[in-house]
Amino acid sequence: MPAVSLNVNGHVHKVEADSDTPLLWVIRDDIGLTGTKFGCGVAQCGACTVHIDGQPTRSCVTPATAVAGRKVTTIEGLQSRTAKAVQKVWVDMDVVQCGYCQSGQIMSATALLEQNPKPSDIDIDHAMAGNICRCATYVRIRAAIHAAAAQLSA
Amino acid sequence: MHPLMQSFRAQQLAEHEEQALASLVAEREAPVAPAGVTRRSVLTAGAAGGLIVAIGGWAPQSAHAAASQGPEGGAAKAVFEPNQFVSVGTDNLVTIVNKHHEMGQGNTTGLASLAADELDADWSLVRTEYAGANVKLYANLAFGMQGTGGSSAIANSYLQYRTAGATARAMLVAAAADAWQVPADQIHTSNSVLTHASGKRATYGEMAAAAAKQKPPANPVLKTPAQFTLMGHEHATPRVDSPSKCNGTATYTGDIKLPGLLTAVIAFPPSFGAKMVSFDASAAKKVKGVTDVVAVPEGVAVVARGTWAAQQGRRALKVTWDESVGAKLDSDALLAQYRDLAAQPGTPFAKPAPAGATPAPVATKTVEAVYEFPFLAHAPMEPQSCVAWLHDGMLETWAGHQFPTFDHQFAAKAAGLPMDKVKLHSLISGGSFGRRANAWSDFTVAAVNVAVAIKGRAPVRLQYTREDDMSSGLYRPMVVHSVQVGIDDAGKIASWKHGVVAQSIMAGTPMAMLIKDGVDSTSVEGVFPSSYELPMMDGQLHSPALAVRPLWWRSVGNTHTAYVMETMVDKLAHAAGQDPLAFRLALLDKNPRAVGVLKLVAEKSGWGKAMPPGSAQGIAVHECFGTTVAQVAEVTLKDGKVHVDRVFCAVDCGVAVNPDVIKAQMEGCIGFALGALYYSEIELKAGRPVQRNFDQYKALRIYEMPAIEVFIMPSTAAPTGVGEPGVPPLGPAVANAVVRAGGPEVTRLPFARSGLVQA
Repeated sequence: MPAVSLNVNGHVHKVEADSDTPLLWVIRDDIGLTGTKFGCGVAQCGACTVHIDGQPTRSCVTPATAVAGRKVTTIEGLQSRTAKAVQKVWVDMDVVQCGYCQSGQIMSATALLEQNPKPSDIDIDHAMAGNICRCATYVRIRAAIHAAAAQLSA
Repeated sequence: MHPLMQSFRAQQLAEHEEQALASLVAEREAPVAPAGVTRRSVLTAGAAGGLIVAIGGWAPQSAHAAASQGPEGGAAKAVFEPNQFVSVGTDNLVTIVNKHHEMGQGNTTGLASLAADELDADWSLVRTEYAGANVKLYANLAFGMQGTGGSSAIANSYLQYRTAGATARAMLVAAAADAWQVPADQIHTSNSVLTHASGKRATYGEMAAAAAKQKPPANPVLKTPAQFTLMGHEHATPRVDSPSKCNGTATYTGDIKLPGLLTAVIAFPPSFGAKMVSFDASAAKKVKGVTDVVAVPEGVAVVARGTWAAQQGRRALKVTWDESVGAKLDSDALLAQYRDLAAQPGTPFAKPAPAGATPAPVATKTVEAVYEFPFLAHAPMEPQSCVAWLHDGMLETWAGHQFPTFDHQFAAKAAGLPMDKVKLHSLISGGSFGRRANAWSDFTVAAVNVAVAIKGRAPVRLQYTREDDMSSGLYRPMVVHSVQVGIDDAGKIASWKHGVVAQSIMAGTPMAMLIKDGVDSTSVEGVFPSSYELPMMDGQLHSPALAVRPLWWRSVGNTHTAYVMETMVDKLAHAAGQDPLAFRLALLDKNPRAVGVLKLVAEKSGWGKAMPPGSAQGIAVHECFGTTVAQVAEVTLKDGKVHVDRVFCAVDCGVAVNPDVIKAQMEGCIGFALGALYYSEIELKAGRPVQRNFDQYKALRIYEMPAIEVFIMPSTAAPTGVGEPGVPPLGPAVANAVVRAGGPEVTRLPFARSGLVQA
């Protein structure tokens, strides 16, 4: 199995991965970062969302070999002011229920706000459409994104 | 899960006296273990004997002895453990043990707030832990076994956890009174600090060791609701699990790390009832990382270093199945059979009461409908998984153990070990909605079977893929209702004939003893009994047996009965020429809770207000698990498609322990129910489930979520649950709004079948 060099959260990891090994399982099983979740394996639920060079990406269908040399950020590696604001309002508003999808929700919401500091409801619908929450915390996710946007622009 | 589990308790004891459950007899009288019989004393006593948990019995231990135990006990700083729920450390932290399973519904926060309020603890200094399997200390008092469901966590624990907190507080106060030589009733407690007017002051941590030497009060005084400082106060008790769930550190089953941990996936039977004939593992074993390919009762397990290798190994595995059992299992054919059955006499579940003194109305007109409900998968975000580790003559498991008592028994049986050699680690789970609470302990047992098959060589995590989980059966059963209501010229109900066809959830499980006179009440609850008084009802039940296992799905029978009853009531109101709200209020005059939430939701939603063209309101009310919820849905029909714009929700659940958690549960119930109403259906073709992942089994997404306003009825009555009761009214409220907006009467669910939403 070929060795791949991955930059995850600023650290370089050398892992073995075939051309079809999903980034998700390299992150979870090989690197040991378990905040990124397995939900569906077919890019339908968004629980596995990470940032690749800042773009929200479903790691369950992204081959690890395809992101060699690019910056992978997981929930554990969020550092930006935007990300911290998102995580804070998520806690302040008690968005979570079971919590299993929330790493992915936070990754998508952070990417949205980094690119669009004042998203409309329609913008939120588009950016968050790929993240399923079976607990249906959507009302609070929407409110939290608006609240984070307000805090960041204050 | 279901309140009927309550009567399950007594019968379980009678029939399985030798099992660990038999030790429960004294617990009803002493729901909090006597002081000195602590959680840690159980853990440490077990460890001393070479066991991890002493299941079979615990030796009462003095509080003094408990306090003297050192760091090896695992809770080094907890010097004061007055009972199995509450401990206080020298670091001034209060630890509260959750005996229930946290699957997102917020009971960790709720139970902690019960104890912390009575303890006058500083919420920021409260920590929580999850109990292992110990039916003596941690039984659900409504079930008589350790388990979570039926929206019962807060309801069964309300006095137990408050008593636990009040006991701890009384002992801290007594210790301070001794130390300061002042009367106990002059000592004030607040935010984990004891104070006296003389200026004396001590934190709980400072007084903990002395408190451990105090005699526990026999009957600690509990607060009146007016004295609550946490319960019922908005935002006084933010969720204890929010931070870890927002930074990726919350630990679910898949996140457990153990030395040499292997991952297994199982090639499960492709259709219900299928049997494995043979398998060829040669290609699978060539996949790098695959360590074992072994037959287990559930199928063929592929074990590997890493999840991807296990999945690749399974793809390479060749299995021959005998699928003859399920070959004819087909949803369309089944529905046709069910429709026929529904019109025929079955087992009576309701009989018309004898005619009373006042003349009954005479039917001159019939209002009727046949309703069809599909199989539903729970599809929690976290697919099922369980870690099993056989070592040193014992078994440890890690999972979202929602029914620890069953999981414990069945894990022990699968491992061939006595229960006291089996330790369960109960983890939070990524949702359940009923799935993890099953009487077969399916994924736990399967994981143990894999661990046994590899002879305990290493710890192994059995991981279901989404497809495995969605194809595993344990569905909300397919259901057909056939209803004919006779009304008189004034619209008064004269007769009510009601046929139900549904697989029994209880049959074939240890709960089968709860089936009375052939009626599994989970098939008809909500029709009978109903919030409405319907003495004229003639109810007939058919309970076919199928190769696919049924299971409770968030709110159980109410998932379909509320839809039937509340859309029928709208049809009856229409036939009587009355407003749906007024019609309900007239029928519910003996049900003040239902009237209360209906009036509240009507007021808040502006029931009857003018709506834009194509939009309408619909209303529904339903009681389950002791909680009554009324909802008004506002929908818009555009180009034949429905959009739910807003839902108003009024809930009466007794005392509102954590108002924000209650609101969150109502919001979540509404979104969960709306997704099912729109899309959810598992179809069976030749015994195989057609929908196996979220691409076909669609879940509600953010752009479909309505705005929601939740209103909690003020109450001082004992609390009832909120995890499920928000689900049942949503479907009929939306369906009734659709009709009022000029849309069709939908009697075949989901809506996607009627083209009302894009499938």
